Amino acid sequence: MTDAVPLVIVGSGPAGLTAAVYAARANLRPIVIEGLEAGGQLMLTTDVENYPGFPDGILGPELMTKFREQAARFGAEFVTADADRLDLGASPFGVWVDGRECRGEAMIVSTGATARMLGLDSERQLLGRGVSTCATCDGFFFRGQPLAVVGGGDSALEEALFLTKFATEVTIIHRRDELRASAIMADRAAANPKISFRWNAVVEEVLGNGSVEAVRLRDTKTDERSELDVGALFVAIGHDPNTALVHDQLELDEGGYVVTAGDSTATSVDGVFAAGDVQDHVFRQAVTAAGSGCMAAMEAERWLAAREHAAR
Amino acid sequence: MSEITKLTDATFDETISGSEQPVVVDFWAEWCGPCKMIAPVLEELAKENGGKLRIAKLNVDENPNTAMRYNVMSIPTLLVFKPGESGQEARRLVGAKGKAQLLQELADFVA
Repeated sequence: MTDAVPLVIVGSGPAGLTAAVYAARANLRPIVIEGLEAGGQLMLTTDVENYPGFPDGILGPELMTKFREQAARFGAEFVTADADRLDLGASPFGVWVDGRECRGEAMIVSTGATARMLGLDSERQLLGRGVSTCATCDGFFFRGQPLAVVGGGDSALEEALFLTKFATEVTIIHRRDELRASAIMADRAAANPKISFRWNAVVEEVLGNGSVEAVRLRDTKTDERSELDVGALFVAIGHDPNTALVHDQLELDEGGYVVTAGDSTATSVDGVFAAGDVQDHVFRQAVTAAGSGCMAAMEAERWLAAREHAAR
Repeated sequence: MSEITKLTDATFDETISGSEQPVVVDFWAEWCGPCKMIAPVLEELAKENGGKLRIAKLNVDENPNTAMRYNVMSIPTLLVFKPGESGQEARRLVGAKGKAQLLQELADFVA
């Protein structure tokens, strides 16, 4: 077994990297397991216009590069690979990366969330060939075609509104009969003549040979099947917390998010803290993730100090 | 020298068939966020693997024909071409990936 460092941080989005900045400045010599998708969801966005301190906006990837540089400046160390396994049994907590074991007396879990997919084989096969999770990236390729968006939240409507620039028409497929989106977005979508809604409908199959040609829908009330001809299907049905590493070791809520104590980032395991989207299904903003990352680092620092004091 | 080759509809075929190393072509556009994420990674790859791998990029806005011909419907898409395979793609990688992940996916071609 290798010697334990004071703190290991798993995840490198705004939460993990803010925790790294604070922990490094507190001389906890944090090791950040940043993963293959280092930087988290912001790496897949364009302009971030609501992160304070950047009045003209900043590109998501650029913002994350700055976060990382700031943590590195104070001595945080980075491992650019995915964690294979965590051992949260007792401190020092273990993490295995590429077969190597690393232990931290305290640990911060900030593994974030991932865009949810429908989970269909046909969806996977046609991903990048008409099935997309990024309207701003891919809408361009489907100029002059009818398109569909599945989902009922703000991001689904945002995608649909964006796609009206290219599409002949956009159908929003939603499994309920009312939207989860904010009133302002719902009004905008309803007012757009190119947008129509298919309520109480789920996508049962994505159809097409080599590229998307249609989707097969099932009406959730009548069980009736129908086909809708579309050139592309954009999936915007929310996010799932990335808890594969911890689901059997930390207490999760019914939505699968890591449970933290009120006003705290403490998890069900003493010495393990959780920050960012993996424990937040309410706000899910870069700035709230960063805030909880700061909390986690400060709580880890206090926890380590108290333990050292008790051992004396 | 600049390590990344800029391709156009006009130069694409010639460059691919004339290369002695495998060519990775990044299909991208100005308005695509994930493309911006992958750009610096490709620059690093180009610098570090200059002898073994040629990195090229093609702007799909300005060069729609090549994108259409290869059925690129999502960007970033990376297509890998091996020498002597007359423009037949050897691998297709869709979506932005980190450096480590890309290196893993491209390992077969730089061996």
